[in-house]
Amino acid sequence: MTEYDLVIIGGGPAGLAAAVAARKAGLESILILERDNELGGILNQCIHNGFGLHTFREELTGPEYAGRFREQVQELRIPYKLNTMVLDLAADKTVTAMNGEDGLFCLHPKAVVLAMGCRERPRGALNIPGYRPAGIYTAGTAQRLVNMEGYLPGRNVVILGSGDIGLIMARRMTLEGAKVHVVAELMPYSGGLKRNIVQCLDDYGIPLKLSHTVVDIQGKERVEGVTLARVENGKPVPGTEEHYPCDTLLLSCGLIPENELSRGAGVEINPVTNGPLVSDTLETSIPGVFAAGNVLHVHDLVDYVSQEAAAAGENAARYIRSGGTGTGRAVPVRCDGGVRYTVPASVRLSDLDPEQTVTVRFRVGNVYQNKRILVYAGDAPIYRRKARVLAPGEMETLGLKAKDLLEHPEAEQILVTLEDA
Amino acid sequence: MKKVNLICIGCPLGCPLVVEMEGSEIRSVTGNTCKNGDAYARKELTNPTRIITSTVRVTGGTLPVVSVKTASDVPKGKIFDCVRALKDLCLSAPVVTGQVVAADIAGTGADVIATKDIDKI
Repeated sequence: MTEYDLVIIGGGPAGLAAAVAARKAGLESILILERDNELGGILNQCIHNGFGLHTFREELTGPEYAGRFREQVQELRIPYKLNTMVLDLAADKTVTAMNGEDGLFCLHPKAVVLAMGCRERPRGALNIPGYRPAGIYTAGTAQRLVNMEGYLPGRNVVILGSGDIGLIMARRMTLEGAKVHVVAELMPYSGGLKRNIVQCLDDYGIPLKLSHTVVDIQGKERVEGVTLARVENGKPVPGTEEHYPCDTLLLSCGLIPENELSRGAGVEINPVTNGPLVSDTLETSIPGVFAAGNVLHVHDLVDYVSQEAAAAGENAARYIRSGGTGTGRAVPVRCDGGVRYTVPASVRLSDLDPEQTVTVRFRVGNVYQNKRILVYAGDAPIYRRKARVLAPGEMETLGLKAKDLLEHPEAEQILVTLEDA
Repeated sequence: MKKVNLICIGCPLGCPLVVEMEGSEIRSVTGNTCKNGDAYARKELTNPTRIITSTVRVTGGTLPVVSVKTASDVPKGKIFDCVRALKDLCLSAPVVTGQVVAADIAGTGADVIATKDIDKI
């Protein structure tokens, strides 16, 4: 088996952007491993528009966005293997994979980019009582059935969870002739983007019931109905039950980064994001193993996945060129005031170029209004920005000037927090 | 002076827009972070339109359906006419990205184009 300097695990938006950026940074020897039969990952089933406004300055559908990156991969002659399942990643970066052509094989790259994406939280993880009839799908499964395989999974639909895929599927099923009766959301706010509530629910008169959940599923062979109830303090309120006859229940209840391979290699995982803990170069706790995209933390926009993955690809190329990781002290990035996590979790201050920008992405744990986002290096404020609205469904991005961070070389920590404006 | 709150759907940022109106006349749009937000607000309050995305049947291809979109936006009230017009359409593979699948869909003046390549098997 030919050996490669950089192996990228996953050929979705993150893997493709990482590969393109690594090649543009001068790295010759790159291989992408993809388990599906085409490149592009989840974008292939996201046929709606709204992708690429930041990256390409035009509004593309998912397949078109994937197509732009696929073209670049082909133009740059970056090799890839489809229908290839990575079985194991070892701490020494040995990648064990298999496919129908090569059989079982091992690769020994100098660096790895983890770009495996995420998967949906299934019914089994939600503790919904009731039988297990046919007709219960995750929203993403229904999306694949409708948009790629040409099946309509049901005609009378209730959706639990207001994540973006659920909202998008409410519209999609409606356009395909199904009746979407209601979208129920456990939390008092939506987990999806505001624009999706406007153009997927409001446009079609589909009600969104916040603080509601499914308390019963009826039907033995096929779903015959579901019962919703209002939720207070995390518990269904007796007497608020409403019955909805339906044949299909779609679940859009969160995404979980897919880190079995990372865990197997011993990569340290952040319990908040379920993704690897990374430094400002997106390097995990194993030197030479980088992570980007939804395997690192769940993104709201693919444009941000592409940006992050491009950085990971460039950093992996630099790691290979220089033969190792920087030796600077890793200053931890901590969060407070409603900020749930940050990516990165640490910054190697002394390795920073004074001219560069350190990108910090984070999400909040609740809906906040009229706040100020503040970043401190030690005790010194180095960044502030007003935020009219912050919501858990939307990722925030800060660009910290390295020069500001470097003015505080002794800082014990970098703190990202919210304060009242 | 009347104030209308809108959420821009131009991109996933979803900027909260405030439109000041004098009767049916738009006086100002604020809250947008790019020029698309201004244009969206003016259009949404006079002639709301949407890009429609859907799928069309394909025979002889690697997949049984191809994803499509309207090449320009169509009036909101015409959405169902457009998807109905696509329902019985059937294409033969190969289909290439950008190929016109249906011209002037439902009399809106917008063409429907493929957004994905479907190779012949």
